[in-house]
Amino acid sequence: MAEIRVQNLTLGYHRHPAVHHLSGAFVSGSLTAVIGPNGVGKSTLLKGIAGALKPLEGGLDLGQLKRHDIGFLPQQAHVDTDFPIGVLDTVCMGLWPRVGLFGGIGVDKLKQARAALTMVGLEGFEERPIGSLSRGQFQRVLFARLSVQQASVVLLDEPFTALDERTQRDLEKVIEQWHRDGRTVIAVVHDIAQVRRFFPDTLILAREVIAWGPTAETASDENLSRARMAAEAWDDDALVCARDAAA
Amino acid sequence: MGIWDLLFAPFAETEAVRNALIACLAVSLGSAPLGVFLVLRRMSLAGDVMTHTLLPGVAVAYLVIGASPAMMLVGGLASGVVAALLSVVAARTTLIREDAGLAAVYLIFLAVGVLILADQGEPEELLHVLFGNALEIDRATLIAIVGIVTVTLPVLALMFRPLVIESFDPAFLAAVGGGAVVHGVFMVLVMVNLVAGAAALGTLMTVGLMILPAIAARFWAASIGRIVATATVIALASSVIGLLLAHHGQLPPGPAIVLIAGLIFVASMLTGPQGGLLHRLRALPHLEG
Repeated sequence: MAEIRVQNLTLGYHRHPAVHHLSGAFVSGSLTAVIGPNGVGKSTLLKGIAGALKPLEGGLDLGQLKRHDIGFLPQQAHVDTDFPIGVLDTVCMGLWPRVGLFGGIGVDKLKQARAALTMVGLEGFEERPIGSLSRGQFQRVLFARLSVQQASVVLLDEPFTALDERTQRDLEKVIEQWHRDGRTVIAVVHDIAQVRRFFPDTLILAREVIAWGPTAETASDENLSRARMAAEAWDDDALVCARDAAA
Repeated sequence: MGIWDLLFAPFAETEAVRNALIACLAVSLGSAPLGVFLVLRRMSLAGDVMTHTLLPGVAVAYLVIGASPAMMLVGGLASGVVAALLSVVAARTTLIREDAGLAAVYLIFLAVGVLILADQGEPEELLHVLFGNALEIDRATLIAIVGIVTVTLPVLALMFRPLVIESFDPAFLAAVGGGAVVHGVFMVLVMVNLVAGAAALGTLMTVGLMILPAIAARFWAASIGRIVATATVIALASSVIGLLLAHHGQLPPGPAIVLIAGLIFVASMLTGPQGGLLHRLRALPHLEG
């Protein structure tokens, strides 16, 4: 199945690790929150899994997963909101891995796209230009696109940032649906109350793994304060990592 | 002067004008849609930059086979395509962004081109490269131009979907795969069509026929399909009107065509319903929801 294994994985930029010596697995169908202070490698980990960043060291085993099986919602979509395109067309972009150059987008595929829009609460917005949407509405559109993509793994980088409570709850329901469908969902979040309430599994990062497992066991106050202590280090004179030298 | 003499006689009675018309219409069909995507990708100035990369190839071809339309096509295509691919590779594999990659490549190519021509004095024929003369297109060049456009349109139709995605949200296409290919093919198409246009209108003026209709079309349509259609119509109309203007007024055709496209742009900017000036000034009462 779509299990993602990491083995002594180190990811970073210019030889400086953002997160290093990461070992473990995201079980197929799991719903995991990735938490930790800013700058400890949460986004970097998602980029690594998505294939947007090459590991500095160690292994990332995606098993049978192909690149297009992984849906990735970056922290900030670098899209041009003046782009002359409508909501439904944007959602249909999620069909691209399946329809390709030649495939038609017929009645059934359009139905999927409309159903996804209904699921994120944007029924009736089909023809609206994306430039007319609010931040929250646009995030809903991106969720609909991810839904249509039918990726077996969904990576969400701070999907709830700057959203009101209602939008958050609506999008949580979408994630719940994905979870029920058996998709693997990995989300970077910051709201610890939400983590305890909503996510069955938690990975606490502070440039390395602080804890990884069922939320009830891992998201303890002790683990969280340990994570907070971790420094946001970028030492220009850093030596070669001793753990690497020993290996 | 009757309608016939004004609008149809120049094309019906003079072969050179007829050839110019065919060339310019073909160039319009290929360039206008590509221009729409250049503008959407915030690369409106890239066309200008890209034409500079033709120089080394054109210069070498000029030294080898002398001044001819083939010099423009063969030499320009060779160095232009190399430059386009180099800039795509630089932008996608290193830290620098697309505009920086293009700037670096074109400056190098321009310097090389000028060096190659340094000993040649001031070859007047090369002025034709810069300003072109649609009225001196020979049959071989005409076939080459039409051929380029004939290949461009199906390729563009085929890559329309991924090109829209790549222009709107490059990270999404990169994540699901295929971004680099789409980007590369698009830039090569732009380059090849600039060369086709340069053979008819000259390197400077061909950019006008690519970009001006695309910018003007934005004021009339709100979806990409319609913008592309509108831009194509504007480019075709500019070609016909510009050629007539050039013929009746004894003007060079390239600048005449671009000037017409420019006038259409100004009119669109003033009156177009999608964010045109007059529509912005008109204060309508707001709706309920």
